[in-house]
Amino acid sequence: MTLSGDYETVIGLEVHVELKTASKIFCSCSTSFGAEPNTQVCPICSGFPGMLPVLNHKVVDYAIKVGLALNCEIAEFCKFDRKNYFYPDLPKAFQISQYDLPICKNGYLDIDINGDKRRIRITRIHMEEDAGKLVHQGDITTTPFSLVDLNRSGVPLLEIVSEPDMRSGAEARAYMEKLRSILLFTGVSDCKMQEGSLRCDANVSVRPRGQRELGVKTEIKNMNSFRAVEKAIDYEAKRQMEALEYGEEIIQETRTWDEEKQVTRSMRSKEEAHDYRYFPEPDLPPLKITPEWIEEIQASLPEMPDQARGRLMEQYGLSEYDASIITQSPDYLAFFDECLRNYSNAKTVANWMMGELSRLLNQNNMEISECLVKPEDLIKLLGLIDNGTISGKMAKTVFEEMFAGGKKPELIIKEKGMEQISDEGTLKAVIEEVVANNQKVLQDYKNGKKKAFGFFVGQVMKATKGQADPSAVNKLLRERLDK
Amino acid sequence: MISIREVEHVALLARLSLSEKEKEIFAEQLSTILDYINKLNELDTDGVEPLYHILPIYNIFREDEVKTGTSREDILANAPQVEEGQYKVPKII
Amino acid sequence: MELYELTLHELKDLLKKKEVSSKEVVKSFFSRIKKIDNKVKAFVTLCEEEALEKACECDQQQEYDGIAGIPYGLKDIICTRGVKTTCCSKILENFIPPYDATVARKLKEKKGILAGKLNMDEFAMGSSTENSAFFPTRNPWDLERVPGGSSGGSAAAVAAGEVPFALGTDTGGSIRQPASFCGVVGLKPTYGRVSRWGVVAFASSLDQVGVFSRDVRDCALVMNIVSGHDPMDSTSVDIEVPDYESFLTGNIKGLKVAYPREYFQQGVDEKIRETVKKALHKFEDLGAVVEEVTLPHSEYALPAYYLIAPAEASANLARYDGVRYGFRDFEADNVVQMFSKTRAAGFGDEVKRRIMLGTYALSSGYYDAYYLKALKVRRLISRDFNEVFKDFDVIVGPTTPTTAFKLGEQSDPLQLYMNDILTVPINMAGLPGISIPCGFVEGLPVGMQIIGRPFDEGTLLQAAYSYEQNTDYHTVKPVLGVE
Repeated sequence: MTLSGDYETVIGLEVHVELKTASKIFCSCSTSFGAEPNTQVCPICSGFPGMLPVLNHKVVDYAIKVGLALNCEIAEFCKFDRKNYFYPDLPKAFQISQYDLPICKNGYLDIDINGDKRRIRITRIHMEEDAGKLVHQGDITTTPFSLVDLNRSGVPLLEIVSEPDMRSGAEARAYMEKLRSILLFTGVSDCKMQEGSLRCDANVSVRPRGQRELGVKTEIKNMNSFRAVEKAIDYEAKRQMEALEYGEEIIQETRTWDEEKQVTRSMRSKEEAHDYRYFPEPDLPPLKITPEWIEEIQASLPEMPDQARGRLMEQYGLSEYDASIITQSPDYLAFFDECLRNYSNAKTVANWMMGELSRLLNQNNMEISECLVKPEDLIKLLGLIDNGTISGKMAKTVFEEMFAGGKKPELIIKEKGMEQISDEGTLKAVIEEVVANNQKVLQDYKNGKKKAFGFFVGQVMKATKGQADPSAVNKLLRERLDK
Repeated sequence: MISIREVEHVALLARLSLSEKEKEIFAEQLSTILDYINKLNELDTDGVEPLYHILPIYNIFREDEVKTGTSREDILANAPQVEEGQYKVPKII
Repeated sequence: MELYELTLHELKDLLKKKEVSSKEVVKSFFSRIKKIDNKVKAFVTLCEEEALEKACECDQQQEYDGIAGIPYGLKDIICTRGVKTTCCSKILENFIPPYDATVARKLKEKKGILAGKLNMDEFAMGSSTENSAFFPTRNPWDLERVPGGSSGGSAAAVAAGEVPFALGTDTGGSIRQPASFCGVVGLKPTYGRVSRWGVVAFASSLDQVGVFSRDVRDCALVMNIVSGHDPMDSTSVDIEVPDYESFLTGNIKGLKVAYPREYFQQGVDEKIRETVKKALHKFEDLGAVVEEVTLPHSEYALPAYYLIAPAEASANLARYDGVRYGFRDFEADNVVQMFSKTRAAGFGDEVKRRIMLGTYALSSGYYDAYYLKALKVRRLISRDFNEVFKDFDVIVGPTTPTTAFKLGEQSDPLQLYMNDILTVPINMAGLPGISIPCGFVEGLPVGMQIIGRPFDEGTLLQAAYSYEQNTDYHTVKPVLGVE
């Protein structure tokens, strides 16, 4: 059926980001990922009787930092509240969160969609504690029992809530990517969607274009990659449009993204009406945030992606597209900046980073910080191309080897005898041999079949195993054939 | 007056399974207590700041330092059911 | 005179002078316990073996100071490492904490000797100790009567000479009311004076740990040990703790004493009013200035309390879900059922009633009308006290509207709540309050409550001590039928 064009999709995102503090938000247990179950716990984060929370100073610093990076107002006064609900992974049966007085509000971030700039408003940012983890045997609906691991219980989280300002899955994805890069630049989180340190729930509704009131929304959970965010939202929007087209009603509900089947599914079991009974957390005195405190954090804020992008465009003449790719993460940008300290051709560096380097990182599912090729290695390689030691094509082979084993480019070239042959004497001898062995083609060439020139180039390259300097070969061949 | 239905709703929120008899008793008792509590409505509290925290203290923090937690054996020692170092609970749905 | 009849400071002096050994002291109290506790039923757990071991250690080290070598009891809401802490609830019947509450640790560090854990109303909810899941405690003055509650075990044990001192907790009168019923000294410190860490929470914004003793000097001695800032409790205030014993000068000349009109009105037994009025004359005789004042919002404290305390309790008691510790219903075949059946079977009626009330008060649509309203009234109550304390040093009135009632006599919940009518306002305002014996009505003790400014326990003790030293009600001991 055709319907697109008649409807508009409206999307708001609720993002949870785990903060990279050493200890948990209300106790001194470690936050590190991947430990044996229930080995990073204490009576406080396990919700034992009589236990009390004490707030980790760094969590507030980080919240302010993110608020400033996202252009928010920082509250002068804020407090914590209890959000009450029962679940086996929530040890106190309430989550300490912030309800009516969040630490940050009224911010925004800008995204680019095919060259169009869109400003997405941020409603609020608040601090809260993470819950533990439930481990099922297979699917939650069929498992005979579940196991509770509380290592994650009490890990600090920021919840960042946007206004319903996005209009497509692509915009939501762009928002997530931009948000991730900003968070990475602030240094408060490692933002790994796979490990769950960056999570996203989407509120999606559709309405006839031109209508002001919002349609009935659904909440989508379980989107574990940027791709999934885009796909799930587009799927859900289409599902809702089709439902409306058939005269069906949209039910306000929570739906889960099924990555395998690429559909959203209703989570009917969770439809028991929620009533979180928020009230102020009596065990935690409120916070007063002074202008001096905010200034101190502001001063500690590093260059943000938008600033860095502008700098790359201005200083190095990079295109906006290239600059935004390079500024996707602080590690990426640092790699670039490091290269440019001792190498002047920014475009070449950008091309290599966006080309070979990104390709190999993605292929191996690696972060740039884990990469064995260091900036000095890359610029060494680029220097070897520039001075004609190797060809650009061979450099890619060398780079792959550098990436795989961390060897220095000179060493690889030497070991494999890959140096480019530019010595005129050597090349002339090869050319003479090739010409001698192909007298008939020489005749054709001389008779005007100019295409035969390419044949001779190929033969020379073959004879030198591709190591001949192509421009020298061209020059010398022309001299020889046209004489 | 609190109805049986309200009692049932609140009991579900509080995760208390009540017998029919208990529901009736609670409906009656809670109604009596709330009747008494409604005495508060005699007071005009417009413009009165709610008292969230009695102490005039703010910004109480700990530094971000890791201390060794409790051993798994100690923390799980009171658990009704344990498997593979984790709390075991019946199925969720 | 038997050792068990002596006060803490008398025992301390004897030990210091080496006239008795800690072992003799401990044995004396345990033989007293064995003789009468089957009647009084103050203890739920006895630690005789460990107590005797500790006593021998003390005798070997010969370092007697303060409470060293002297036994005490703890309300069974105060967590003790390796010793069952049940809150007198079926849901925690077998709970053994892997930690000591801060107050328990402080007493241990001073080489005090834990004799055992004391009975209470389940989770401190009640005014008679009849709500203990195990058995009711009896009033040593009349075994047919209740000792008050919720710290009834602590009050009865001290009154009956089973321990020289004990700790209890007070959320709405749970120390002062049983102290009054049992004719002993009971002090509820300022909210924030004593750490709540490791003390099982009932209503976090009101709970405070305090002392039961036979005279005011003992109370000061114990307060010197348990008071002070605890970095593990964010609501424990970091201000200096004075030496409370230094306030026991016996001089109250010029002390400004207020008595609130509202505390001497109908609803308070006439003979109790007379008794306390007599005590006020005593204060005048001793050189204090005594004047009538008004606390106009007094009558609203109780209804506001019965919203705030149950609301906080509904969240604090949500953690008892059968997952990590405590009782579990193993019949249930899914988690929601397991939670609901565990809690239904594990909690007693009064606890359920308050959880229901608190849940209702916080639930959607009622929050503003009930909970928020109560917080505003709390502000008004606090203001009333601030006004009086501009001109007066202490406020004096009866502790309870009646003397100890008979077991089973008060079965209507609302009627029982009325017992707290004179003690609740003090918790609502976070102030310190002490109940001391001031006479008898029909052979039953009457308590006088002295209320002070925040963190001014010193002046409270000063006033209480002067009165005590000039009367002899504290020297009268109950005669138990077994003697």
